[in-house]
Amino acid sequence: MIKVTKLTENLNKKQKNLLLRIIAAAVMLVILFILPLDDYPIVRFLLFLIPYFTVGYDILRKAFKGILNHQVFDECFLMAVATIGAMILGEYTEGVAVMLFYQIGELFQSIAVGKSRRSISDLMDIRPDYANLEQDGEVEKVDPDEVEVGSIIVIRPGEKVPIDGIVVEGNSSLNTSALTGESLPRDVKPGDEIISGSVNMSGLLRVETTKEFDESTASKILELVENAGERKAKSEQFITKFARWYTPAVCYSALALAILGPVINVLAFHKASDWALWSDWIYRALTFLVISCPCAIVVSVPLSFFGGIGGASSEGILIKGSNFMETLANVKYLVMDKTGTITKGNFEVTAVHDGRDQNIDSAEILELAALAECHSSHPIASSIRRAYEAGGVELDKSRVADVQEVSGKGVIAVVDGIQVAAGNLKLMRQLNIECEACHHVGTIVYVAKGAVDGPLSYIGHVVISDEIKPTSAEAISALKKAGVVKTVMLTGDITSMAESVAKEVGLDEVHAELLPEDKVTHVEKLIAEKNAQAGPGAALAFVGDGINDAPVLAIADLGIAMGALGSDAAIEAADVVLMDDDPAKIVKAIRIARKCIRIVNENIWFAIGVKFLCLILGALGIANMWLAIFADVGVMVLCVLNAVRALFVKNV
Amino acid sequence: MKKTYKIDVDCANCANKMEQAAKKTEGVKDATVNFMALKMKVEFEDGAEPAAVMQEVRRNCKIVEDDCEIFL
Repeated sequence: MIKVTKLTENLNKKQKNLLLRIIAAAVMLVILFILPLDDYPIVRFLLFLIPYFTVGYDILRKAFKGILNHQVFDECFLMAVATIGAMILGEYTEGVAVMLFYQIGELFQSIAVGKSRRSISDLMDIRPDYANLEQDGEVEKVDPDEVEVGSIIVIRPGEKVPIDGIVVEGNSSLNTSALTGESLPRDVKPGDEIISGSVNMSGLLRVETTKEFDESTASKILELVENAGERKAKSEQFITKFARWYTPAVCYSALALAILGPVINVLAFHKASDWALWSDWIYRALTFLVISCPCAIVVSVPLSFFGGIGGASSEGILIKGSNFMETLANVKYLVMDKTGTITKGNFEVTAVHDGRDQNIDSAEILELAALAECHSSHPIASSIRRAYEAGGVELDKSRVADVQEVSGKGVIAVVDGIQVAAGNLKLMRQLNIECEACHHVGTIVYVAKGAVDGPLSYIGHVVISDEIKPTSAEAISALKKAGVVKTVMLTGDITSMAESVAKEVGLDEVHAELLPEDKVTHVEKLIAEKNAQAGPGAALAFVGDGINDAPVLAIADLGIAMGALGSDAAIEAADVVLMDDDPAKIVKAIRIARKCIRIVNENIWFAIGVKFLCLILGALGIANMWLAIFADVGVMVLCVLNAVRALFVKNV
Repeated sequence: MKKTYKIDVDCANCANKMEQAAKKTEGVKDATVNFMALKMKVEFEDGAEPAAVMQEVRRNCKIVEDDCEIFL
């Protein structure tokens, strides 16, 4: 009983009403079936009309309106014809039952669709309901729509961040799992940017808003996911066309069956043209009408896509349309940018090597380099300083004097009264310093020291490179396992660096030292190669950080932007957006898409298959109306349940 | 100009019929119905008056599917 009340709680008024009518009609039908009414045909007919109208009055009304509006292939009209026909033929039970089961199917469909709508909005539960606006020292709860850019809002622990902004006060950790699928919380401090949709977990935050509510991340993502269904996939277009063609075709065949069946029988087999013959064929034709509703297929396909897109977004993968879901499932060539995609995009000191002849350890080399570069704003310089300070020592700038920057080469400074030069090979050549080449790949900063105004001698070097993401290699091998034929890296970086990265993560092909326009020509070439080798059905995807590769994202069959959280440009430019920058998400996205497409195909062929089987059996007189309506409703239930599976993507 | 309207309709095929009906309405350049999100996005012809066109769209939709609603 509890279960029943729970079930009915979730139904809306219309659905509850329909459920009651179905139950009432079913009970009446059973009673009428048992009652011995065979001797009173008129009474029997009239009694059967009660459950018939109870369960089907709205269908009949709609059918009638359909006739007035010249909508002959309206499914209500067809159901009405089929059931009224059955009643006229004296098959009362079947007439009522067909209507009954048709309504059960409608009810089930409406419940299932409503339920998956709800579970997706639960998954996408990032819409903030309110914002705590601080005005003149007082905090007021307001609609996030009303908060202007530059306002101060307060976010308490447990609350959702309503609008993108910058923390002005407070420390806390944020849970971004609803946005990225990443469960590790992110620590924030004053000065950090935070994005709407994440949940404040520990401390009170005061935030200055930087965007309006509509422009904030959470609103953008929601809009994107909700509108994804509008870009229809090929299979959806196929189904829409099929539905438009299927219903009239079945109806005309039914008409043909009802007339030609008896005529052929009479003419070719010399059967008597009596009522029994005609009623048999009319019955078969009515069976056709029962199967003529294409709803099972029509509902299950968009439902599967909706589920797939919703499920993916809960994992931090935004797919901007059903059509992109299809392309994603067919990715055979994957072209990637290096910086920010395979590598982290931030420079780190990866090695410090001391020169062979000197009695100096690597810590000292790093220290001298960091001090010499202490005033430089170059990213290389700051990475050296970071590496030095990571040892827990503050950089003492007072030890440094007489700093002289040699543009494009490096820096010469006096540290603790000794002359230090730190820079690239060109600087060393300019100062006539002998140094050894490094077998490591990356940017090398050579360090030399000596007396002020005296000759300098080489003491060692610091290697700085862009770190490869920890999951890159794994992601590439998983991609290959998932059937991606070729992985290619395009980069503007120097060849030696690019090749070492490519080798380490296991890429098939690498093109380095490219200008942005070279990337476009390379992708065009690869598309041609893919079309020649894998056929035009296979897709080429380009993965980039979405910031300066918009033209490449646009010409690829599928553009994937990663690490897009907070970057509007990337979200605009790409077809598929990965909210965080984990390359493993690429494989996950492909797997989710494959699962979704598989479900769509299963549904299409299963539904069409069963319908055609029923049509053949019905035409042969093997399948009766009972079987037809069971098959019809059953197929829909199975297809809808199968479609709902697309929502579960946690472990694909 | 594009506008999005909330709709109410029960079955997926009916949603497709509404889409067809909306597309055929004068003043409508293109229309898409998203059954799962229960939304209709209408792109109007240049110079068309959305309010008037939408009245017509609603009427046409009611013809193909009596049991539908477009919230204007």
